[in-house]
Amino acid sequence: MADRVKIFAPCDAAALSVGADDVAAAIAAEAAKRNIEIDLVRTGTRGMLWLEPLIEVETSKGRVAYGPVEPGDVASLFNASFHKGGEHKLGHGAAKEIPYFAKQERLTFARCGVIDPLSLKDYEAHGGIAGLGKALKMDRADIVAEVTESGLRGRGGAGFPTGIKWKTAAAQTADQKYICCNADEGDSGTFADRILIEGDPFCLIEGMVIAALAVGASEGYIYLRSEYPHAAATLRKAITLWEEAGLSGRNDDGSPRFKLHLRMGAGAYICGEESSMLESLEGKRGQVKVKPPIPAISGLFGKPTIVNNVLTLAAVPEIIAKGAAHYKDFGMGRSRGTQAFQLAGDIARGGLVEKAFGVTLRELIEDFGGGTRSGKPVRTVQAGGPLGAYVPASQFDIAMDYEALAEAGAMLGHGGIVVFNDSVDMAKQARFAMEFCEIESCGKCTPCRIGAVRGKETIDKIINGENRTENLAILEDLCDLMVDGSLCAMGGLTPMPVRSAVRHFPEDFGG
Amino acid sequence: MTKLIDKLDHPGAREICAAHKNKPDALLEVLHGVQAADGYLSDAALRTVADALNISRAEIHGVASFYHDYHRKAPAKHIVRLCRAEACQAVGSEELAPKVEEMFNGNDDVAVTTVYCLGNCALGPAAMVDAELHARVTPEKLKEIVARLGDA
Repeated sequence: MADRVKIFAPCDAAALSVGADDVAAAIAAEAAKRNIEIDLVRTGTRGMLWLEPLIEVETSKGRVAYGPVEPGDVASLFNASFHKGGEHKLGHGAAKEIPYFAKQERLTFARCGVIDPLSLKDYEAHGGIAGLGKALKMDRADIVAEVTESGLRGRGGAGFPTGIKWKTAAAQTADQKYICCNADEGDSGTFADRILIEGDPFCLIEGMVIAALAVGASEGYIYLRSEYPHAAATLRKAITLWEEAGLSGRNDDGSPRFKLHLRMGAGAYICGEESSMLESLEGKRGQVKVKPPIPAISGLFGKPTIVNNVLTLAAVPEIIAKGAAHYKDFGMGRSRGTQAFQLAGDIARGGLVEKAFGVTLRELIEDFGGGTRSGKPVRTVQAGGPLGAYVPASQFDIAMDYEALAEAGAMLGHGGIVVFNDSVDMAKQARFAMEFCEIESCGKCTPCRIGAVRGKETIDKIINGENRTENLAILEDLCDLMVDGSLCAMGGLTPMPVRSAVRHFPEDFGG
Repeated sequence: MTKLIDKLDHPGAREICAAHKNKPDALLEVLHGVQAADGYLSDAALRTVADALNISRAEIHGVASFYHDYHRKAPAKHIVRLCRAEACQAVGSEELAPKVEEMFNGNDDVAVTTVYCLGNCALGPAAMVDAELHARVTPEKLKEIVARLGDA
């Protein structure tokens, strides 16, 4: 019927946490009361989290947005004929014209918040499956070459060139190879993997199937953190729908040619480290392993294994569909394509910003983020998760790319940016970095397991004013040891937030 | 001959193992399954899992004690998991935590625990009450949420 109105309400976990379900129920009830026929579509989020629950209505002029909507606002929205795009104090006009959204470059997240995450029809209508269709007609080597040419680097944080990893695994001869997706997004300040999985899970699955075609893998695992139950529920349904539609191929017995499993983590941060994640997938303690061998040669169950982050794999369908040159066109230097930046902490407009590499921290914090939520001045941001550096306001003009950040003694990590106002005590933050390492260390290597404890104790002494100069020297020495002697990034990078705090904010350490 | 394990057999755990084809690599999934049913991992369940998956009890203890998610004792009826990672620290989780702990002190039905990141970092402080995620929490808001659960 022509009069039916399409209303979109998010079901992303962040939106649910501010009452999206109640709002959706209130809209359905109010529409029924007024005899207005609506189709209520649940979507993911566009990533403008401060506006959630953000409700959208399809009109002849495109989708119009209203938010943040509370159940109590629903009657007044109907009074204002919001279902026809009417004006209301919560209105933002066309959803895609909201400056925060309009200024982004949405490649990987193009469908998030737009489509029903579990509708394959929607997915295909918005450009999904095109990459897979093309990949099926390509030689394996050409898929790998295309990914290499795009300049795509691992989005989990290490930034390793994806094409090189794939080429290594493709070159191995084995009866079985695996594609493993690292969805153990444990860094505080990051939620892009979650938003993608809840908003566009088929995109990740398609990326994994293309990876499987490229390296010749017949089985895949997604290792998802248990703190994400909503993402797990969506992904579980998406895998079933995808496989039932035959999009992973079919064996003679009807089973999919590329079998995908979802495995849940169990609350260990360290399982975001790839060797630890593989151990965990084998049902063991998540302890880090010595490399080499690298997983691409000997990984899960000793077989050649690709381990990629959610966003790395989810970038692939677009790269194959539109070609490497299109993707490579975004970005700067050796950082090509787009990065999902996540604005978190004390930030007025927190959320997801997908932007080509090269955007500055200041643009992200001020132009997109609008400064702090509390209204206090920004003192520092922690970029790149719990193992990332605290960047002082004087360095906010750094361009966000792998090399520029490394040069400034910081890192991009998984793209999380946590904003702190001027009430933050940097000695406490440095202490927490060590404490977090103590809690989450897998215990395999001494510099990390013991170093974190000694680091925390030493910072306590500095905070208490005991032999400050000597203890700062001890801390520095300990940091050297952790960097040089740790097996993985947990112990090796914990000194990064600690040292950056000491270097940029000596006044907080009694200096 | 009666084995000790027969006396401590846990049929539910055995069924969960069977659903995972008794494959040892599914251990984490099996433990999640047992805990979802029982609320915690009992001695009987772990012995049964060891038998069914053919791995040693020591190995299972190693895994169950490595991961923060697994509990060896029956948990409280409701669990409030407060995020105390950096993004929530930046919006006051460290001031919030002692207040919340104090508020539920003496209420055996509610356990307040710490979690490092719930992925709701733009809308902190975040908390998960049982399976429900909440944003911008305050002590008052948490009190209301828990009271709404009814039996606490």
